[in-house]
Amino acid sequence: MFLNQFLLLAAVLFCIGVYGVLVRKNGVLVLMSIELILNAVNINLVAFSAFNQNIDGQVFALFIIAVAAAEVGVGLAIVLLIYRNRRSIDVAEANLLKG
Amino acid sequence: MMALLAQQTEAVIETAWIPNAFFFVIAAVMVLAALKMVSTKNVVHAALYLLIVLSGVAAVYIFLGAEFAAATQILVYLGAIMVLLLFGVMLTRAKLGAETDLDHDQRWIGALVGASLLAVMSYSLWDAFGGDKLPADPTPQDAPTGVKNTQLVADEIFSTYLVSFEVLSVLLLAALIGAVVVARRD
Repeated sequence: MFLNQFLLLAAVLFCIGVYGVLVRKNGVLVLMSIELILNAVNINLVAFSAFNQNIDGQVFALFIIAVAAAEVGVGLAIVLLIYRNRRSIDVAEANLLKG
Repeated sequence: MMALLAQQTEAVIETAWIPNAFFFVIAAVMVLAALKMVSTKNVVHAALYLLIVLSGVAAVYIFLGAEFAAATQILVYLGAIMVLLLFGVMLTRAKLGAETDLDHDQRWIGALVGASLLAVMSYSLWDAFGGDKLPADPTPQDAPTGVKNTQLVADEIFSTYLVSFEVLSVLLLAALIGAVVVARRD
């Protein structure tokens, strides 16, 4: 198997995730797209770990999985707070900092 | 004897395309599910499409010989994070049918950014790693014989990355307490 088939799959998933983050208005959907991006990066790390015959990449991937779990917990708490205060999780409407 | 050996190597060569074919089927399913995830009108369906992509990622880890990462992927993402996301959908009272207003109006700008990013990345990947093949056995060369991948990961985490591992546990605790404090109703 080629290294590039894994890297290109990860690149496609990453770009779809970027599109989702930019286009979606629902806060929960934005968080889902961020999960997609993190998974694409993880595929890269594990692929290079196999390519270089070095275990460090897998350890990094496991760390990223743990940090993603923490991120989605705090992120959902923030989305919930926005919903409670504004009765909407439209990220385009969260513009109180705009002058 | 030689004829038998030759026959065996021939059989190995003939079956080498099978994992590759499986990989391309799984990759196609993942890309289609990811595209549906960012385009569907239903929040719960988006979560289920994400589930397909995440299980595909676990399958890709198996292809790369990282079975512990695949098991962790299934436990943490499919088990924990999906439930958390579905709780988020429930608590923000998303409609259970199709919604009309999930995307920004200027969708083409996002598509343009994504497509140009993909073009740049795939060109540079092709340029840098054109025909590089993965080694047949992804375990490190200097590892003792008979040691499995999971054992090597455990050794690495609890020796080289011990401090980072402990910091990570504190980070998880902080995130847990932070999430409770932020989402508390009072």
